[in-house]
Amino acid sequence: MEETIEKILRKYPAGKKDSLIPLLQDIQREAGHLSDNSILEVSRYMNIPLNKIYGVASFYDQFKFRKKGRYHLQICHGTACHIYRSSLFQAEIEKTLQVKAGQTTKDGRFSLDVVNCLGACSSAPTLFINETPYGNLTLEHLQKILSEIKDTND
Amino acid sequence: MDNRTEEKSFLLEKVLKNLTGEYQKEQLDKISLLRRDKVLSPVIYIGTGSCGIVAGSGKTTEAVRKYLAEKKIPATIIECGCIGYCSEEPIVDVHLPGKARISFRKVTEDKVESIFSALFSHNVDEDHVLGQYRSILSEAWAKVPYIDQIPFFALQNKIILKNTGHLSPLSIDDALAHGEYRSFYKTILNYTPEKVCDIVELSELRGRGGGGFSTGRKWKVALTTAGDQKYLICNAEESDPGAFMDRAIIEGDPHRLLEGIAIAAYAIGASYAYIYLRSDYPRALTILEEAIRQAKEYEILGQNIFGSGYNLNISIRQSAGAFVCGEETALIRSLEGQRGTPWAKPPYPAESGLFGQPTIVNNVETLANIPGIIEHGPSWFKGIGTKTSKGTKLFSLTGNVENSGCIEVPMGTLLSDIVHRIGGGTKGGKKLKAVQIGGPSGVCLPASNLDVEIGYESLQTVGAAIGSGGLSVLDETVCMVDLSRYFTEFLQKESCGKCIICREGTKRMLEILDGITRRPREESTHETLERFKGVVQLENLAEVLRDTSLCGLGQNSANPVLSSLKWFREEFEEHIFDRRCAASVCRDMRTFYIEVDICNGCNVCQKKCPENAIIGVVKAPHFIVENKCSGCGICFEVCKFNAIIVK
Amino acid sequence: MIFTIEINGQAVTARRGETIFSVLSRTGISVPTLCHLAGFTPTGACRMCVVEVEGKPELVTSCSHQVEEWMKIRTHSPRVMKARKTIVELLLANHPDDCLYCDRAGSCELQYLASELNIKERRYRTRNPSIRIDRDCVSIERDPAKCILCGRCIRVCDEIMGMSAIGIVGRGSKSSIGTSYNKGLNIQACVKCGQCIMVCPTAALKEKSSYNSVIDALNNKDLFPVVQISPGVQGSLAEDLGIKGGRDLQNLLGTALRKMGFRQVFDTSASADLMILDISHQLVRDIKDKKKMPLFTSCCPSWVKFIEEYKPELKEHLFAGKSPMLTTGSWIKDHYAGQMNIEREKIFSVAVMPCTSKKHEIAAGKEKDLHTIDAVLTTRELIRMIRLFGIDFSSLEPENTELGFGIRGSSGRLSGIAGGETEAVIRTFYSEMTGQEMVPGKINELRGLKNRKEVKIKIGRTAYTFASVSGLAAARQLLEEIETGKSEFLMVEVMACPFGCINGGGQRMGTDEKALKSRMKALYDADEEEMIKVAHKNPSILEFIESIR
Repeated sequence: MEETIEKILRKYPAGKKDSLIPLLQDIQREAGHLSDNSILEVSRYMNIPLNKIYGVASFYDQFKFRKKGRYHLQICHGTACHIYRSSLFQAEIEKTLQVKAGQTTKDGRFSLDVVNCLGACSSAPTLFINETPYGNLTLEHLQKILSEIKDTND
Repeated sequence: MDNRTEEKSFLLEKVLKNLTGEYQKEQLDKISLLRRDKVLSPVIYIGTGSCGIVAGSGKTTEAVRKYLAEKKIPATIIECGCIGYCSEEPIVDVHLPGKARISFRKVTEDKVESIFSALFSHNVDEDHVLGQYRSILSEAWAKVPYIDQIPFFALQNKIILKNTGHLSPLSIDDALAHGEYRSFYKTILNYTPEKVCDIVELSELRGRGGGGFSTGRKWKVALTTAGDQKYLICNAEESDPGAFMDRAIIEGDPHRLLEGIAIAAYAIGASYAYIYLRSDYPRALTILEEAIRQAKEYEILGQNIFGSGYNLNISIRQSAGAFVCGEETALIRSLEGQRGTPWAKPPYPAESGLFGQPTIVNNVETLANIPGIIEHGPSWFKGIGTKTSKGTKLFSLTGNVENSGCIEVPMGTLLSDIVHRIGGGTKGGKKLKAVQIGGPSGVCLPASNLDVEIGYESLQTVGAAIGSGGLSVLDETVCMVDLSRYFTEFLQKESCGKCIICREGTKRMLEILDGITRRPREESTHETLERFKGVVQLENLAEVLRDTSLCGLGQNSANPVLSSLKWFREEFEEHIFDRRCAASVCRDMRTFYIEVDICNGCNVCQKKCPENAIIGVVKAPHFIVENKCSGCGICFEVCKFNAIIVK
Repeated sequence: MIFTIEINGQAVTARRGETIFSVLSRTGISVPTLCHLAGFTPTGACRMCVVEVEGKPELVTSCSHQVEEWMKIRTHSPRVMKARKTIVELLLANHPDDCLYCDRAGSCELQYLASELNIKERRYRTRNPSIRIDRDCVSIERDPAKCILCGRCIRVCDEIMGMSAIGIVGRGSKSSIGTSYNKGLNIQACVKCGQCIMVCPTAALKEKSSYNSVIDALNNKDLFPVVQISPGVQGSLAEDLGIKGGRDLQNLLGTALRKMGFRQVFDTSASADLMILDISHQLVRDIKDKKKMPLFTSCCPSWVKFIEEYKPELKEHLFAGKSPMLTTGSWIKDHYAGQMNIEREKIFSVAVMPCTSKKHEIAAGKEKDLHTIDAVLTTRELIRMIRLFGIDFSSLEPENTELGFGIRGSSGRLSGIAGGETEAVIRTFYSEMTGQEMVPGKINELRGLKNRKEVKIKIGRTAYTFASVSGLAAARQLLEEIETGKSEFLMVEVMACPFGCINGGGQRMGTDEKALKSRMKALYDADEEEMIKVAHKNPSILEFIESIR
């Protein structure tokens, strides 16, 4: 992991403060989250106080400080999805997978995020599991999807 | 010279650099082939915008590929952007040689075979046909309506989305064949930056991001302010829930945006431009990256563009997910690598913005208007729209509406026409309750108040604003108190926290709304009074928020609540006094019963109940323990026998 | 350019480039503020200073808006008052209700505003979030529940200290002032200077109190409590008690502390004289040995912590001697105890310092084991304690208190202000190098409220440059200059708090420029009046050195 961070760091000019966010995004993409250690590395490399980096990272929704699950579920909570009762679907996911929004299950299999709007409002309510989109969800359909990922052995 | 190089040089030398717009016959033939106005082998267009992908167009594309391979049909597949009719996605068009381009709706993977087999034997699947495109070069299909006659498109006037759906967003050749970048060439060759600002000011184009300030005048400030390095920023941080116009532009026609950026950057004297793109738009990112790469390869961007000595470097920055970064000063902070908190203006970014330099932040839609204005002149643009609002406006039409998607209508179009004629009314013919316009900072207008023209000033007369361009149609199943709560929660979550009034005010507002929608307890009238006092305080809070907040997010954060209170006060009162939600949305106010006569004891509801509030044995009627029930309604949804009743 | 604007119907002259806030203060109109800090870039975050400007649709913050010629301003219109009141009410909605027991009762800006704006009921209510009080740090305690997120502490930590130990984390209603990964304040980047406390409008930041352990010790018959007082404490103490400083206070204080139960009272400045003598000796030695310069002072524990954490390679440049507090402390336990025939362990040694970092100093490193000081009290804690014991200074009889550890000279006391220690060292150094006294002893270049002062002293053919910096941000800059070879010094005095201990993180709340000036004046006046102005002439120090040899 440290090598990856090292590699990412080298892509950015040290001390150019405006590349902090792209740099953190890169680490997040590679590592799935921003670990304590990775922020420390960035702080040393960029010569920005540790706390400043944490302050920036914790401001934005994109940055996670905990690992995502192997199945990362994103349920859209845009206006259209809200009207089509996405909160009901969220409750169903939370119950079935025993995970709360913004959290990852202890076994690291599932994580759930509620996202603002994925811009696919005509297919509301929508859900993404990793990169796969599911549109026009019904409760039945959702239950089927959930039991499928719950039962797979990985 | 191989085919590809020849095509490239033809497009660059003969099409792009033709300022007169007059072509020789053979050039025209060549262009119409490149534009695919005329095709020699079948061309298949598949809508693969994000909306299409969610609807399943990825699988459809695979099915089409498989079908063509099996039947050995030599056809070209164009994965184009969304034509706007998202509710009919996946949309697949087929252009057979000699025949007009014909469009099919809801072509899921399983439908491909039957539709295609019929079509290749010149039969049209009537269930799925959407319409055909007009063409003088090919023969029309019998008994198929023209696309521009379909209600969804009939009232639209596409000037920004003109080429969307016709070209491949991944091909600069397509863009050039459709005449893109000619305005940029013309600008660089013929106009000084001052002149460009003049033209744009004359066109009376106003910012589409919500503010509505004259774009040309804003540019002039940046142009005339001294600075070592000026910046142009394209604001594509479209994180309003229910808005996706910018995404549609980028995914459908990225080069139009790049051209707009290039002209704007030239006009203010900037050699650096940033596109601040929302992080949840991965497809738009891929497309834009490729578009910039191609434009550099064609030397339309980069150093010494068209030999003029003008340099322009455009780079993409992904936002990191904060709604407030749609505000220009917060966006600039974010680009600088800081927390995205707005600063108190003045200084305005046009005077002192990114790294303290003169900076212009323009919205995607604003910039996408520029090439058209340069091409046709300011008076052409002024000819569209109303007295004070010129041009067209994009909206994301969503919610409980029959036809949903991204639409482009001239300013001055009646809101009711958008809902009833373009949108086709509510879904399933339910009663229309309201229209929410302008996203989370916008307002809800009641069904009775929709005869208002789209325009900056006209919408103000009913207390609304164009805002971001989100347009949600709400039918009787929507609870206005719940919706106000939803928007307030959104804004509360997205408040940056810098100024006290917005940070604490939105939180308190949410808590008051929570109180109104919270589960009724055994309560004395005193608590009802407290709730009512809360509503009175809402109005007081809203006023101070508007007066005192640092940025637009806080200032407008009370709009959804205030407008709902104004038009739907009785719904609030019903929640407060009667503890009832007529739309049966506020889950705490719902009471569920099992109709003993209908329940056959299938046990499904008991298994699904998250609160274990349902008791009963198999094959005997079940019961709901009222004080355990959280009102989530899952039992209601899962009961196949309609034995569960909401009260 | 000067023009006229209208404020509350009256014409007022204003200069272009001035903020509305500064014009208002000049005119004697006070608008409340929770985030404004003189000398810092305005953030416009608290919105308390809003005023109504005719023609502007929204209220504008006076701290961040510049005056314009046409402006007609109303500072206390009903609209403005409503806004201010609402803001304070919103802050009160989830503010803890423990004002009666709060350290800042009486000096709390929020409490003051609530009363000023005539807030009589809690109109907005919310559940108080249960937030953990951060007690990880030995010097500073953070109570996030009382934080109103004005951001002043962050700006001081960023701009004056250059440390950024704390910052704003999270977003919106979930934002808080904290450290990375929300750890306690016991972190590398915090140097415990306590400047954040000095600007905090509420009790969200305060010193970690040793109050109770001191009270316990005073009540414990088996113990022999003694106290040493730093010279930096007195000015601030006098302000708070409303009495004149100087020799009188010194005597009164001795009486008061004895009344409270301390068996002996010492003055730390005597040890400061000793330190000055030692530094001067070392400078002479280092010049002879051609050692690499500069020598950094080491009496400020925040500065020492900074070097240890961030510039360990410079550690050998730090003056190796003990700080005056520790010198006095070990003298008390090692010699005084013997003189008095008391067991070392029985002595409970308290130090009153204008400083939070001294709490860290006794808890860190070797001192932890040596245990020469048992508790450090800040000036604030001492004031509270004097009140607790009901000591009324106006009726106290000043008795000429024996100072325990020797006669003090003015040179040691000068170290209470940044530049003073350097001045004192130079006097002794000059005499050591030349065998003559420096005349005059006063060095103007090293005086005044400035973050950085330098002076060149010519001794024979050589000119030696001395520097004094205060505020770690300024110190960092100076280090950079030294590292890049831009500047060269023989000695550098560093004080973490701006202008030194008179503005220390343990001083009385509400320290402003006026107070600083009067504290500074008191120290300089003492230097004029005192008989012994140089450390090397302090007989008791010489005697002491003799005694330990």
